Amino acid sequence: MATKIIMPQLGETVVDGTVGEWLIEVGAQVEEFESIVRISTDKVDTEIPAPASGVLLKILIEEGETVDSGVVLGVIGEVGENADKSVSQTTTNGHHKVAQSDAVGIPMRAKQTSGDTGHVTPVVARMIEEHNLDIGQITGTGRHGRIRKKDVLAYLETQKSPETEIAPWEIPASGDLFKPTVNYEDELEATPQPKVSRPQAKPTPVANGVPGELVALSKMRRSIAQHMVESKLHTAPHVTTVMEVDLHHVTQHRAANKEDFAKRGVKLTFTPYFVAACAKALQEAPELNARWTDEGLFLNHVQHIGMAVAIDDGLIVPVIKNAQDYNLAGLARQVNDLAERARNRHLQPSEIQGGTFTITNHGVSGSLLATPIINQPQSAILGVGMIEKRVKVINDAIAIRPCAYLSLTFDHRVADGAAADSFLMRVKQILENWS
Amino acid sequence: MTTPSKVETKTLILALHEAMNEELARDKRVFIVGEDVGRRGGVFRATTNLIDKYGAQRVVDSPLAELSIVAIGLGAAITDTLPICEIQFADFIFPAFNQLLSEVARFYYRSNGQWHVPMVVRAPYGGGIGGGLYHSQSIESFFAHIPGLKVVVPSTPEDAKGLLKAAVRDPNPVLYLEPKKGYRAIKGIVPEGDYITPIGPANISRTGSDLTVYAYGMMAHYARIAVERVAKQDGIDVELIDIRTLAPLDKETLIQSFKKTGKALVVYEDNKTMGFGAEIAAILAEEAFEYMDAPIMRLAAPDVPSVPFSHPLQEAFMINPDKIAAAIRELEAY
Repeated sequence: MATKIIMPQLGETVVDGTVGEWLIEVGAQVEEFESIVRISTDKVDTEIPAPASGVLLKILIEEGETVDSGVVLGVIGEVGENADKSVSQTTTNGHHKVAQSDAVGIPMRAKQTSGDTGHVTPVVARMIEEHNLDIGQITGTGRHGRIRKKDVLAYLETQKSPETEIAPWEIPASGDLFKPTVNYEDELEATPQPKVSRPQAKPTPVANGVPGELVALSKMRRSIAQHMVESKLHTAPHVTTVMEVDLHHVTQHRAANKEDFAKRGVKLTFTPYFVAACAKALQEAPELNARWTDEGLFLNHVQHIGMAVAIDDGLIVPVIKNAQDYNLAGLARQVNDLAERARNRHLQPSEIQGGTFTITNHGVSGSLLATPIINQPQSAILGVGMIEKRVKVINDAIAIRPCAYLSLTFDHRVADGAAADSFLMRVKQILENWS
Repeated sequence: MTTPSKVETKTLILALHEAMNEELARDKRVFIVGEDVGRRGGVFRATTNLIDKYGAQRVVDSPLAELSIVAIGLGAAITDTLPICEIQFADFIFPAFNQLLSEVARFYYRSNGQWHVPMVVRAPYGGGIGGGLYHSQSIESFFAHIPGLKVVVPSTPEDAKGLLKAAVRDPNPVLYLEPKKGYRAIKGIVPEGDYITPIGPANISRTGSDLTVYAYGMMAHYARIAVERVAKQDGIDVELIDIRTLAPLDKETLIQSFKKTGKALVVYEDNKTMGFGAEIAAILAEEAFEYMDAPIMRLAAPDVPSVPFSHPLQEAFMINPDKIAAAIRELEAY
């Protein structure tokens, strides 16, 4: 039989009170006369004792709400009992709320402070601790609803760690980008041109008096959001180190070879220089070309270098596979091809998978310096800032040199500052001594 | 139905006979001593015809005195022979308890490693054969408690042969306990040719994920029946560890399995209190507490003196596949 917790009249002239902190969680066991909720009025602060022993089935009035005396604040009863049957509360006054939610199914496994069903075996206790789980979220299938090891395993299965997932840009989406280049279904349609679907904005009620509109999130947007949060907030401790690189030699080399490359149908940009430098330097710093696992650091034996390409509604990272095996012309050809097809949405899913390191050229949009987020499950990402002519002092003479900031964000679990700096220094040296 | 190419299954007793026959042939130092092992071929016929083949010098009928059988074995073992002593029923071993505890098990230690005692004491043990109090006991825990003695209990013909050969060749004294109810009830394939099954490692008879059953001897055989039954009827995936060697105990395999499943059912046919399974339960609790997903469960005989002669009481006393399956279901549901 459920018992109501009623707001008392706390003084002759006091007709209402504000609910403070609930001292017992819903689902928890409570003894009669045990303090269950704090109440404050303009005159007194007090704690209300539980009117009966049992389980706190439901909280009707949340912390911070002010209600009249006589109002039901919550319900105590037996596990599994329907709290709502015993509560039919009427509004007597404008400024208190009446909870109207549906029947509370107190799960057998809700947090309990006593009783048989709250018993947890050592292995379950250890797994809860190890994986930092909320035991209340796990459904027990053992006797009396006891949580067993297999229940925790089943729960973990549903909560698969994103580390083992494929990065967002590596998950084929349903958009046009990932359709085969020949879409036979399109042939049947009257309008054969590929459609780029923009999320439709739809007017919504004005929120907080600020006029605006709610734009639906594209799959890519959601995916990017999720993985950015996951990488930076839940997975890798990010550290960024910055160096300035003098691209004098690279610029000269590019100027001298640009035409020659063009004759061979290859557009020589700066990107392949950075890819080449990274591929070489990564071979000397394998930990930055690695993947963190709980079992150990997985050192990739190849340099698959991803390059971030901005596209209409997001960003995609095609991967230059085995970058270490290509010369500059080969890399330039790859860069051209992948960037082109990325923008035209003609990449194959396999072409955006398997990266071991990423380069993002944020300088193209004028950015001098950025601290990129690591593309999981990789260990580092290189940001290349805008290349501009700067005044440099060389051999005690003032010189004008094309320079850029290189920012390397790395996973501090995998490498320390010294190792990351030494890698970045190597990239810088390769670029500065290009011949 | 066609039968696959000639696969011959053999009984446990035949595997033991083969092992002794081959060891007698292999090494002239091997000899057998025990009550009725010669002319009669042993009460269970384990040594049938061996006297004809190897002579009364090597298959020796002893007086009805277990103390002397073991003492003869000890004296012979330290003077460059490899005795196989037979105790007709394990129930009769206690007159030799002092020899085994105070002399046999400690000889090597006491002589600071100067004297090895390479002897085997074979003893049929266990109930369920209508043998009553004096022909049914499980005695393993008395002896597994003694440092310096190896204690082996096979549950398949293959292991029976391989372990007995290993025992004969072992430089240390080995108490070799034979589940006599299984002598003719347990059949299995026995590999051709000379082989040994090493003393020490437990055998994972079946891999599973829901819980682990630990058993040895006849109980390992019954457990094999029970785990297959619950797999079929209840979909419970049981890992079965046939312990095989009680001393030295393969703790690592026992603990590994428990870490995997988190639930342990220890089955032994001896009286529950201070039976060998209690040691397994203690080891798991002590060394793998954090993996425990249910109370460690022991399924063993009640604490009454040995196996009753009355058939219904015998059945009530003895652990059988039904009882094991019921315990598995109970533990799985915890």
